[in-house]
Amino acid sequence: MSEKKPALWLRIFSFLVYVYIYLPILILIVFSFNTQKLNIRWEGFTFKWYEVLFNDSNVMLATRNTLLIAFISTLVATVIGTMAALALQRYRFPGYALTESVLYIPVIIPEVVMGISLLAFFALIKFQLGLVTITLSHIAFNIPFVALVVRARLHGFDKSIEEASMDLGANELTTFWRVTLPTIMPGVLSGAMLAFTLSLDDYVITYFTAGPGATTLPLRVFSMV
Amino acid sequence: MDEFAVEMRDVVKIFPTPEGGEVAAVNHVTLQIKHGEFFSMLGPSGCGKTTSLRMMAGFEWPTEGEIYIDGTAMGRTPPYLRTVNTVFQSYALFQHMSVFQNVAFGLEMEHVPKKEIEHRVRDALEMVKLSGMGRRKPKQLSGGQQQRIALARALVKRPAVLLLDEPLGALDLKLRKEMQLELKALQKEVGITFVYVTHDQEEALTMSDRIAVMSQGKVLQIGTPVEIYERPNCRFVADFIGETNFLKGRVKKTDEDLLTVELLDFPREIKGVGQGNLAVGQEVSISIRPEKVRLEDDINDDTAPYKDSDNLLRGRVLTTAYVGSDTRIIIDIGHNISLIVWEQNHISTLDPQAYYTAEDKVVIHLPFENTLVLPEG
Ligand SMILES: Nc1ncnc2c1ncn2[C@@H]1O[C@H](COP(=O)(O)OP(=O)(O)OP(=O)(O)O)[C@@H](O)[C@H]1O
Ligand SMILES: [Mg+2]
Repeated sequence: MSEKKPALWLRIFSFLVYVYIYLPILILIVFSFNTQKLNIRWEGFTFKWYEVLFNDSNVMLATRNTLLIAFISTLVATVIGTMAALALQRYRFPGYALTESVLYIPVIIPEVVMGISLLAFFALIKFQLGLVTITLSHIAFNIPFVALVVRARLHGFDKSIEEASMDLGANELTTFWRVTLPTIMPGVLSGAMLAFTLSLDDYVITYFTAGPGATTLPLRVFSMV
Repeated sequence: MDEFAVEMRDVVKIFPTPEGGEVAAVNHVTLQIKHGEFFSMLGPSGCGKTTSLRMMAGFEWPTEGEIYIDGTAMGRTPPYLRTVNTVFQSYALFQHMSVFQNVAFGLEMEHVPKKEIEHRVRDALEMVKLSGMGRRKPKQLSGGQQQRIALARALVKRPAVLLLDEPLGALDLKLRKEMQLELKALQKEVGITFVYVTHDQEEALTMSDRIAVMSQGKVLQIGTPVEIYERPNCRFVADFIGETNFLKGRVKKTDEDLLTVELLDFPREIKGVGQGNLAVGQEVSISIRPEKVRLEDDINDDTAPYKDSDNLLRGRVLTTAYVGSDTRIIIDIGHNISLIVWEQNHISTLDPQAYYTAEDKVVIHLPFENTLVLPEG
């Protein structure tokens, strides 16, 4: 393939977009080494704030919780979301259209609504709020995102490769592991990555489902601002 | 070993349609395919070829009837327990695997030892002339090469029967012709039964030992290419295979070797070979192939009558097309009917008088043994 250089205006435009996205973050990083606490005036270089951060056991605990929740909820949501996408691709059943549209509702509705409803739900079944409820909630809102991404990948999936696999002697299970999953893997991975990032920085839903004891990094950061 | 490699006994396959109705994709099909045979299923789009093949492979189950592979009733046996392999029209190669891995896949499923897999895959790739391509991904190969991988992947399993669904459909004409010959040679070499689905009648004629002509879920005729072409058993088969001329008629006499048919469009009697049980009074089609009609210059007076029994018609040349090996002539025989005749150019000359030209008056001779009387259908 021949590689063409983009036009000058296109390069300038792209550069400005990158500046727009990353400059604020860059400034934040730079000022994290500033000796002054609040000012945005540069006073001098220091590692002091990082020392404080790593010695704050609350922050470290919140970080651990956040990673744990993100990891577990991503894993579970990816499995369930992928299965949902496969089922919607493969089968037609009564209530198909409803199942399909209902699956995506969590993507559309405001997070506050979802947070409050989850809180009400856990209160109703008298489930102790804590890390478990946060994780369950994250799984719930991650499933549709994974399903969406995997379904996009499944669009145009050639069913005949599964038939070819079975024709060559693989049963349904082997066919799934050796043929179906590797083929949709890029979709599954992007779904998982999306789920992981969504879980990492979720504030609203976590806020409602955290309960008194448990905290995550976003909750902790907001409480300190 | 059973007498037949594959047998369909009164097989029916009903699909529900999205509109809530039902469609019989395969409608009471019975056929027997012999061991080592190159058997083609031929018919227009939607006639049930793919569905028949998929039932043999085990991707679909018959609604009624039974499929036998080497004498064993298949019932609902899943594809991975059947001794048949399929070459898909879309090739269905595994894109995430190399060519080698694709071909090795079926052997791994059989738990063939690694060493043996390696040399069997190498042999298979050699057989389809793709040695040295093992490391590539399917995407890095041309359509024809991908086709061969699909073939190698199925053949490496040494199946009792190989099912091929329009395997050359996606190739351009030249490659198609080449692959037709190669496939045929390969089939002879490995001696495996081939069940070959196509809607290309020329392909079926050149490759097959026997052909089943299908229409609307039914098998109309099963026979060798010569039988199908020379003795079609109904109007549909005559029309679908090759070119032919039809004249509509009604059976008048059946008591002689040849049937006598009265034409419907103008008063004349034609004699020909009847196919199947035809009764007096039945409406039939007379079929005669363009290359089997004989022409003579009409030197007689227009009004001189021909005896009906002579199978002679009078006509006027409308157009001619010289195509090298023969000249294709369209002749008006009146009553809004025209016939196509192919005259072989067996003499070499530049003299325009040697060829028919428009407005020539001709006598058309329909030889009895080449004139077929066919039931509709
Ligand atoms: N899964 C299915 N669901 C519903 N109808 C189907 C299904 N598969 C096939 N049919 C119908 O069955 C009929 C036969 O289809 P089939 O695919 O066997 O035809 P074909 O002879 O292979 O045609 P083509 O030459 O176009 O491939 C068609 O009318 C088709 O619409
Ligand atoms: Mg088909």
